Amino acid sequence: MIVQSLAFYLFAAILVASAVMVITARNPVHSVLFLILAFFNAAGLFVLIGAEFVAMILVIVYVGAVAVLFLFVVMMLDINFRELRVGTLQYLPIGITVGLVLLVELALVLGTWVIAPDLTTVVAAPTPTPDQVTNTHALGLLIYTRYVYLFQASGLILLIAMIGAIVLTLRSREGVRRQNISNQVSRRRDEVVAIRKVPTRGGV
Amino acid sequence: MEIGLAHYLTVAAIVFTLGVFGIFLNRKNVIIILMSVELILLAVNINLVSFSVFLNDLVGQVFAMFILTVAAAEAAIGLAILVVYFRNRGTIAVDDINMMKG
Repeated sequence: MIVQSLAFYLFAAILVASAVMVITARNPVHSVLFLILAFFNAAGLFVLIGAEFVAMILVIVYVGAVAVLFLFVVMMLDINFRELRVGTLQYLPIGITVGLVLLVELALVLGTWVIAPDLTTVVAAPTPTPDQVTNTHALGLLIYTRYVYLFQASGLILLIAMIGAIVLTLRSREGVRRQNISNQVSRRRDEVVAIRKVPTRGGV
Repeated sequence: MEIGLAHYLTVAAIVFTLGVFGIFLNRKNVIIILMSVELILLAVNINLVSFSVFLNDLVGQVFAMFILTVAAAEAAIGLAILVVYFRNRGTIAVDDINMMKG
């Protein structure tokens, strides 16, 4: 139990610290790397709580896909980031105000909430005990039966996102000469070669 | 000391607040704003999963996965829009994005 508590505090502390670094780092590449660290620690928290599948999906999707996407964009675009930081202090007071208000509200909620006593009787899908069915197995039994339409809908969302990203970024550039194999193959001899009689000392 | 639901909710609340604060702090840099949105979604996911575990109900984890899907789609579309915008304008400063105003 003491090991669990220590692990929780370790993961939580690193998560919060790296979240702070994400929003304050001067170099956006460092921000992305701290974002990856934050996601790893959130995955650690999920493993600690017993939600292994979501933790692994978090690592695969966020670290493997989203963070790499961010890294690509940050490194490919030639942006003067120092220029973008000018005037940050101007927004600092309102940012701190909004953040503090949010934090106080969330603290009020956290301080006073209770779980409704009849809530444990109306559980939608009770978690099976881990020694019978693993977390992944239980999630699969739920997703592919009761939530299959939502599952398909999320697949559709990904498809739309993929098509949208391709359509947005695809461009046909003018003045680029590409190899056209069918044009090359369909050339005929009499179209491209002309035989001329060249008179002596006359030239063409 | 026993780690309960309140501990996880506290962590999620702090991360959520940091995400909102990050949007205000980096108002000119769209990339950092997108990362702040990812932080906010991560906080929501922590909430969902911890409630799911402590209330013994698996549906919360299912919804956390759906949020993950939407977050990935949002990041892809947002970054694509950013790339197109940078190609057109040569900068990503948010202050200039009022060009679409009629």
